[in-house]
This record gives sequence, structure tokens and C-alpha cells, in this order.
Amino acid sequence: MSDINFDQKLDCRGLSCPLPVLKTKKAMDEMTVGTVLKMVSTDPGSKNDVTAWAKRTGNEILVAENDGTDFVYFIKKG
Amino acid sequence: MNNNDKKRMALIASKGTLDWAYPPFILASTAAAMDMEVGVFFTFYGLTLLNKEIDAKVAPHTNPAMPMKMPFGPKGFQNIEWPIPNVIMGNVPGFETMATSLMKKTFKNKGVATIEELRAICIESDVKMFGCQMTMDVFGFEQEQFFEGTDIAGAASFLEFAANADITLFV
Repeated sequence: MSDINFDQKLDCRGLSCPLPVLKTKKAMDEMTVGTVLKMVSTDPGSKNDVTAWAKRTGNEILVAENDGTDFVYFIKKG
Repeated sequence: MNNNDKKRMALIASKGTLDWAYPPFILASTAAAMDMEVGVFFTFYGLTLLNKEIDAKVAPHTNPAMPMKMPFGPKGFQNIEWPIPNVIMGNVPGFETMATSLMKKTFKNKGVATIEELRAICIESDVKMFGCQMTMDVFGFEQEQFFEGTDIAGAASFLEFAANADITLFV
């Protein structure tokens, strides 16, 4: 797994659509531009959904990876 | 992002059962999270989703394709699709209540938000919610029974909002 610096961490394991996106949005609202959120999800749909959300809202996914169960995202606030 | 770039979504929510309560609240909360301006117009049985306390049930006998599975027990047991005839689902007293609690349990097991949670997120993220005046009059709904912040509107108001929408859906 990538060793990337992050400022906040959000655990969305066990949650289904649309909660990972909604909780990510809420967490990032509290953050300042340029800071990084690490979000962990077990929802396979989050791969497409978090990407779509980030694209629409101007946030940048630095890394998205999957270790078999967890989908891990490092998202930089835009 | 300036206001001109802001996307808009207009939804009509016309159904008040537990299963059909999900799509409008999922889409509305997610669209708001994607920085869209969202308006949901609740009409006919969808009006019940504006009640302070939501009491949505699922009606299996009107949804013959609904998988009837148990939300507990070993995985093999949970995967059994119970062949329950429609005549039983529609006539056994309490079947709807049982099916509703099974569906709620399944949703909870799978980490799906409740309707109440999704609606609270919609309210928090400034989703506009309107009750249809005409169906309120027909079915005897009062604005006082709806949660605070609900507006009342008619067809012209919806169309005026939807005329400038990028996404419009009828649920």
C-alpha cells in the first residue's frame, strides 16, 4: 500500500452507496485546500463513485488502490 | 466554481413505499454532495415521505420480482430465495410489516443508510423539498404534518425549476 502523507482519515468500511461519498464530502468540507484525506471503503462501487464525485467537485484523487477487501483513496482538496 | 456552472437536478418523488423512498433521497443527497442544486417535488404517495415521522413500508405483493431472502442465519440460508406465492403475500395479515422489518434489517446489515438519515443529509445540504398542493388537498395532508422547511408548490413551480435543470427524473 502507498505510503502517502495525509492530514485526515475517514473510515467508511462496511458502508454502502451513497454513504462513502456523502461522508467523504462532509469530511472534506472541514478541510483546507491542498490538504489530503485518506478514505477507506469496502464498497466496490466506491471506485467509480468516488472518482466521479472528485471529478465533479474539483478534488484530486492522488492514489486509489485496492488490497482485495479495502479500497483506499488519498484525496487532495481542490 | 461560479453559480453559472452549478448543475441543477429536479426530481419528482411519487411513491411512498420504503423501497421507492430510496432513489429520490439517495440521488438528492448525492447530487448535493456533488455541488448540484437540488429540488425534489413530492406528489401523490410520495407526500408521506415529507411527514415528520416517516412510516414507509414495503409491499411485496405488488412487487412480484422482489427477492424474498432472510437477513440472518448462515450464508447459504440467507441466499435462499423463498418462493412465497403472491396470494399469500397479499392476504396474510402482517406480511407487509414482516417484509418491511426484514428489508430494514437487510439494509442495515449491508451498511445502507436509513431513509431518515438520507433525508436529514438532504435537509442539511439545502436540498429544496416541495409538497404538491393539489395532492395535499385531495388526500387531506396539512403542511403542519411535514418537517420544517418543506415548501408547497404546484405543477408550474416544478416546471419553472425543471426548465433550468440539467437532470430531471420522475421516481
